[in-house]
Amino acid sequence: MSTTTAEKTAPLQWNYAPAPESVDPKLRKRYDLFIDGKFVPPVEGNYRPSINPARETTLAEVADATAPDVDKAVKAARKAYTKVWSKMSGKERGKYIFRIARLLQERSREFAVAETLNGGKSIRESRDTDIPLAAAHFFYYAGWADKHDYAFPGRRAKPLGVCGQVIPWNFPLLMAAWKIAPALATGNTVVLKPADTTPLTALKLAELIQDAGLPPGVVNIIPGGRPTGAAIVQHPDIDKIAFTGSTAVGKWIQKELAGTKKKYTLELGGKAANIIFEDAAIDQAVEGIINAIFFNQGHVCCAGSRLLVQEGVADTVIAKLKERMATLIVGDPLDKNTDIGAINSREQLGRIEALVATGSEEGAEMWQAPCELPAKGFWFRPTLFTNVSQSHKICRDEIFGPVLSVLTFRTEDEAVEKANNTAYGLSGGVWTDKGAKIFKVTRQIRAGVIWANTFNKFDPTSPFGGYKESGSGREGGWHGLMPYVELE
Amino acid sequence: MDSKVQALKLALSMIDQTTLEGSDSPGKVKQMCYKAMHLHDALPGLPHVAAVCVYPTMVRTAKEELKGSGIHVAAVATAFPSGQADHETKLLDIKYAISEGADEVDMVISRGHYLNGEFNYVYDEIAEFKSICGDVHLKVILETGELGTLDRVRHASDLALAAGGDFIKTSTGKVQPAATQTVTLVMLEAVRDFYQRTGQRRGMKPAGGIKTAKQAIQYLVTVNETLGSAWLTPDLFRFGASTLTNDILMQLVKESTGVYQSSDYFSQA
Repeated sequence: MSTTTAEKTAPLQWNYAPAPESVDPKLRKRYDLFIDGKFVPPVEGNYRPSINPARETTLAEVADATAPDVDKAVKAARKAYTKVWSKMSGKERGKYIFRIARLLQERSREFAVAETLNGGKSIRESRDTDIPLAAAHFFYYAGWADKHDYAFPGRRAKPLGVCGQVIPWNFPLLMAAWKIAPALATGNTVVLKPADTTPLTALKLAELIQDAGLPPGVVNIIPGGRPTGAAIVQHPDIDKIAFTGSTAVGKWIQKELAGTKKKYTLELGGKAANIIFEDAAIDQAVEGIINAIFFNQGHVCCAGSRLLVQEGVADTVIAKLKERMATLIVGDPLDKNTDIGAINSREQLGRIEALVATGSEEGAEMWQAPCELPAKGFWFRPTLFTNVSQSHKICRDEIFGPVLSVLTFRTEDEAVEKANNTAYGLSGGVWTDKGAKIFKVTRQIRAGVIWANTFNKFDPTSPFGGYKESGSGREGGWHGLMPYVELE
Repeated sequence: MDSKVQALKLALSMIDQTTLEGSDSPGKVKQMCYKAMHLHDALPGLPHVAAVCVYPTMVRTAKEELKGSGIHVAAVATAFPSGQADHETKLLDIKYAISEGADEVDMVISRGHYLNGEFNYVYDEIAEFKSICGDVHLKVILETGELGTLDRVRHASDLALAAGGDFIKTSTGKVQPAATQTVTLVMLEAVRDFYQRTGQRRGMKPAGGIKTAKQAIQYLVTVNETLGSAWLTPDLFRFGASTLTNDILMQLVKESTGVYQSSDYFSQA
């Protein structure tokens, strides 16, 4: 190559070849409702297309459950609860849940492809995060099924009965696992409604539950839109509502349930502060910021969407952040190289665009990664706002997209004050080289989960949930058993 | 497939084919030099390696063998691998390597002084060695396996770059762990930040422990993602390796014929 030190060799312009994941997701053309262990057509006979948001093509026709279907599902769940599931020993219940976990692990690649096709998230994430964590959740709660005496020493933990569970579109299968696993482990039966844009992996899970031989009616999965969710919330024979989704819907559920005997857990929105102190390992923090806000296109309730940077390092952090954002690969979610996939739906894309427009109108400075976006499908560039004030809409409202607002602070006290100055309180992050500062600061932040020198780490053994408008109740860990039992 | 073949050929062209044994002899070095020039004659269109890396006493032999090939001769010097010698001895070592015809010098930092907090001593040493080298490329071996923490790796990288090292290099290959991806990333970040501060592009060489084509591609991706494509040239990135070459050749043959050949079909260096 080079013959003398003076002669230079031209660098290679190296483009990575596409590396699409090619496993068959085994999708049916049409999905019915999963009630009482069987797939049955909806009473009113409505189906709607479920699409791939990266290509705007239809993946399958999916049944739309209405109030009579909800009623059928609740009846099946009640029967299964009274006759079979609540009477079964914890050890036997645990065997079924372990079986679901193992089957999910065995078919993980197939589920990952289905999740990516239906939701738009990158295969890297569905393969490495969503599916393994979903399986881990089933494994974890399978372990608790026969250990209630250890979980609640001296007390008897009774199941609640039939649980109505309504889950969001950002982690379709993982949220189904978060809801179903603890409910089954504690002896409850389930009527679950996946989100209307992403029902496919939940319906594949229904097939898997059939394969696992779970007694009919223990788990019922009925896709539908808001009216279906409302019918579940309002059904008189449901004992508990578990909801993950928007704060607006969460508030509506609380109103509906006021004065009823129904228990509930709500996991709602967030506007997490990610605090970078000037003694942090900056390059590591930059990676952490990227992970905090761009993980799953920012469709994450615990996303670190407010970046608080100490003024001494603000210029450096922002410069490094822009440089890093410019290297993010946005595009085909099935390509293993892709960092950021498609926005989940046209509706969500519209919401993001509207909120981002207010950012510029209110005087914040916008910067976007210069990536090329595919012509078809729903896409949004990784976006950064600087010059943001606490009162800007982009700093107060949850955007639920790949949009980061940057604020600066001078002292620890100011950082804590700004971090807490929000209606939400789901998560937070602190980056510093000083262990003492980690403890001092995190103790003052009013949020359910706080990460130190990392972000978006999840584990089934760790409780997750919010303060303030981010919801109530905890999912995961020992704490996650509590909302599904009555202690005697 | 194209991008894979591109990467494999690029990796070949970045190799410092190395032999650093007490048992090195002119015969061994001559054989290695021939291999460096004729990596696998059965497969046309291959680049040659960037350099051969030897002890100073082998420089003259290597220079003669490689004449006209464009392959550099790099010499390890400054009481390689331990660096435990007095300053004058190290100066003589470098001067000898250069007088024998070395195109590049791979020096080791004084880890004893570094870990003792004598950063000025380490800095001054590098700066003086560079002034002796002149146009001869100076690679500064940090021996990251002895530094203990990534914070020290980063600090020593900044120091070596500021003192004038043309390349920073992870390891001598005589200490475990040698090159790792984590250490390499930290050092590449130092190179990137140095470029952003000064506008000067400096080089990086992970050495020791990189044995497979797959690892080499992972390193190249790290370079591409951290520093950008401007660094995808043997002028700015090298692999210090002895067994990597044949694994890459094996992969390239597989890409061209569709089948793997046994290692018996690839000549040893």
